[in-house]
Amino acid sequence: MQAEIRTLVDISDSDAARQGQADMVLDRARWAASIFEGYDRETTMAIVDAVATCAHDHSAHYAEAVVQESGFGVAAHKKIKNELTAHPLVDFYRDQDFVNARVDEARKIVELPRPAGVIFALTPSTNPIATLHFKILMALMTRNAIVISPHPAVRKSSLQAARALCAAAEAAGAPKAIIQILENPTIPMVEAFMSSPKTNVILATGGTPMVRAAYSSSNPAIGVGPGNAPVFVDVSADISKAAQRIVASKSFDNSVLCTNESVLITTPDVEKQLIIALKSAHAYICNDDDVDRLRRFLFSPRGFNIEAIGRDATWIAESSGIRVPSNTKILVAPIARIGIEERLSREKLCPVLALHVAPTRDQAMAQARAVLRLTGAGHSAAIHARDEAVIMQFSGMVEAYRVVVNAPCSQGAAGFATNLAPTFTIGTGFFGRSSIGENVGPQHLVHWTRIAYNADADEPFGNYHGLGRAFRGPLATAPADGVPGSAAQRPVMAPQTSAITSTLDGATKDELRRLIAEELRDLLRK
Amino acid sequence: MSQAKQDFLARSKEFWNPGKTQDWIDMGVDLVIDRREGYYLFDMDGHRLIDLHLNGGTYNLGHRHPELVEVLKAGTARFDMGNHHFPALARTALAEALQKCAPGPNFKYTAYGSGGGEAIDIALKTARHAKQRRKIVSIHKAYHGHTGLAVKAGDHRFSKLFLSDDTEGEFTHVKFNDLTAMEDALRGRDVAAVIMETIPATYGFPMPEEGYLPAVKRLCEKYDTLYIADEVQTGLMRTGEMWACTRYGVEPDIMVTGKGISGGMYPIACVLISESCGGWLKEDGFGHMSTMGGAELGCIVAMKTLEIVQRPEARTMVGFISDYLRAGLDDIRAAFPDFFIGIRQHGLIMGLMFNDPQGAKPVMKRLYENGVWAIFSTLDPSVLQFKPGLLLTQEDAEEVLRRVAIAVEQARGDVMGNRKRMV
Repeated sequence: MQAEIRTLVDISDSDAARQGQADMVLDRARWAASIFEGYDRETTMAIVDAVATCAHDHSAHYAEAVVQESGFGVAAHKKIKNELTAHPLVDFYRDQDFVNARVDEARKIVELPRPAGVIFALTPSTNPIATLHFKILMALMTRNAIVISPHPAVRKSSLQAARALCAAAEAAGAPKAIIQILENPTIPMVEAFMSSPKTNVILATGGTPMVRAAYSSSNPAIGVGPGNAPVFVDVSADISKAAQRIVASKSFDNSVLCTNESVLITTPDVEKQLIIALKSAHAYICNDDDVDRLRRFLFSPRGFNIEAIGRDATWIAESSGIRVPSNTKILVAPIARIGIEERLSREKLCPVLALHVAPTRDQAMAQARAVLRLTGAGHSAAIHARDEAVIMQFSGMVEAYRVVVNAPCSQGAAGFATNLAPTFTIGTGFFGRSSIGENVGPQHLVHWTRIAYNADADEPFGNYHGLGRAFRGPLATAPADGVPGSAAQRPVMAPQTSAITSTLDGATKDELRRLIAEELRDLLRK
Repeated sequence: MSQAKQDFLARSKEFWNPGKTQDWIDMGVDLVIDRREGYYLFDMDGHRLIDLHLNGGTYNLGHRHPELVEVLKAGTARFDMGNHHFPALARTALAEALQKCAPGPNFKYTAYGSGGGEAIDIALKTARHAKQRRKIVSIHKAYHGHTGLAVKAGDHRFSKLFLSDDTEGEFTHVKFNDLTAMEDALRGRDVAAVIMETIPATYGFPMPEEGYLPAVKRLCEKYDTLYIADEVQTGLMRTGEMWACTRYGVEPDIMVTGKGISGGMYPIACVLISESCGGWLKEDGFGHMSTMGGAELGCIVAMKTLEIVQRPEARTMVGFISDYLRAGLDDIRAAFPDFFIGIRQHGLIMGLMFNDPQGAKPVMKRLYENGVWAIFSTLDPSVLQFKPGLLLTQEDAEEVLRRVAIAVEQARGDVMGNRKRMV
């Protein structure tokens, strides 16, 4: 039928067609969100857990599928990321209540959570399924509807995965269409969604043009800039461990995480020992000729060669015309300068690490600043050191909102080898032209209505215990008069009144964090 | 009322239709529709109304839906109405599209009218030709349009005025939901077709009882009579399915769709004909002619309409809107149970019942004053037709309920005086 319509009068490439289609998707999402907003915390978390289980169960399948579809990344590593963004992500936020009211007796304030409504979320080609899991679960934790726009390079796998998650959500009682995904995410279509007044917030993870477009859309946006993490190995570090961690990080999913180390900086007193340690961790140290070849292969006047994104070190070496041992995990390219004139000091989403030796510690730190000045402002940096004063000095100098210490930066900055919030959306804050400087989490998808009493001591605060908003739950199905068996149906969930959040005590929280951290470490060791 | 509007209404009486113009003024609805967009109508004095009348589903997708406007505009770059004698690209493409979403595998051809009445006439003529019988059975208080045969199949309200009622005994009207009366009418085996609005709209949407429509279809089969489904007001996803008859488990022999299929942009109506009924199309394809029936621009718009209503988003939205409005209307009814006495509903087809033979008229007037346009049922003015669009937004649905609650209370006061509310 559609083919016939197109043959005669095709309007698919018109603003009107895009507006009409976007409106339907967003209006449906709005309906779903308005119903979801009436769910209590127990039902909400049951849905979240059901979706997390589905996400976990299909992690391996989609890890394979996206590597096949896009051609980049390492399936085994993608499986880990996909799994991390299922149960561990939910567990990390389990003690945070985004549903019930909070009462602050001391400040005489009651706070009511108000979901954003309709989230329009872009997912990248580099971490497609993990980001999909992450954004969907964040949306569900906060009772929002979400519309996903997948990267075209991984469209097929993303569609299948999102549909499976949506089915799991619906089976657990979520409103229909609480998760939607665009079948044809063309740039003009994405722009139609981003600029629609029916979109409440845009969650943009992707290339700089997309992120800037999100911010220019006139809608609230949480967009994050690119990374280009400098990593400094100080003389006070355990050099051997530092080298191992750096290689583990750079080879993790072939560096497609935007938190991967881009430029390794050190001082002459560390250089020799560090190079030996890198070599024993299966890094290949390039000679001048190799570096030339790499530079030519990885960068054209137009920018980074996207063919190289997420490829194995050996593939890149071979493609560049460099002979390396077959067990090579990363390529290290010594560079004399950092800045606009040295392309290798830019972001490289592949297991190629630039190495710069600065004459002094102070100059090393100035070089680290320069790396982020080039690109990646507000994103991530890493340091390997035991001297706290050096760590403080470095952190105060680099324009990054997270500095990972003695850990692989790929995983650490994303919250998977540190106690930062696990995320696939790294807030690059004011340095990086973003609205959020921390790791993006569900707390960014809900605002709070604050009931604020007169501060005067003469005006007493009310008693809100046992009071809360009535949760309506799902809507009853309207009758279809005259159709056998379709009389009015009762809702799945009986309406009930909310509880007021009882904040977990500090000890319980710490215990929970410890357990989650252990779980994460186990996963990463695999 | 502005001077400009008064002047206009005077001209409307002078040049267009004095009776109708005055009747609306008398009913307290001085509406002159000017601008229109989505589900909003703007009176020439600027008063905004949320449209729940939609001309019987003509504006299912809203007024001037952007994709329909675009496709019509783009269509004019290549097409006009076309020449009705010849095979035509757009007519055939639409027929193919309709066959693909027809309420059964036996549907084959589509014949076109320029409006619902003409399409009903084509359906009745098709049945008469197929069965070589003249008699038509329809429902008491039915409404099928105003053309020659259609008006006879409907209530006398519209035929006697023009001395156009049936005097030959060819049109029988039986009570809705009365299977005995239906069987009595068919027993003589001289009936060409039973024509049924799946849910009779102008009669205030009385709902078919469980099993009634399938039983009528079985009676048709028993007495060798054709079943014509008039889906003009009930089709095109209003029940959450493409055609309401499917929801009731009936596969008709002939089906008529109109109103909504035009997208409210270009007049067109269609008759879907099963293979076994389409004999005249082979015997004498020139048998029915219509210069404007199946105008190609109309076909272009209709194809887009079909495509839009079949998107998965539309189906889910219909569910959300039906459930949400029902919950809200139940609450309003609970507040005024002595006046607002019942809700008939199947999806977005709703009839609100009031405890007065003319009760829907004051409700209509009060809704009008409160920015909602919904119309009483002509053939049962105790029932208000409540027909929200397929793509009504959550915000507008909430607005509708807020305004309905106010209007129902006011209308109750108009009808029942200041008697204390029961609840």
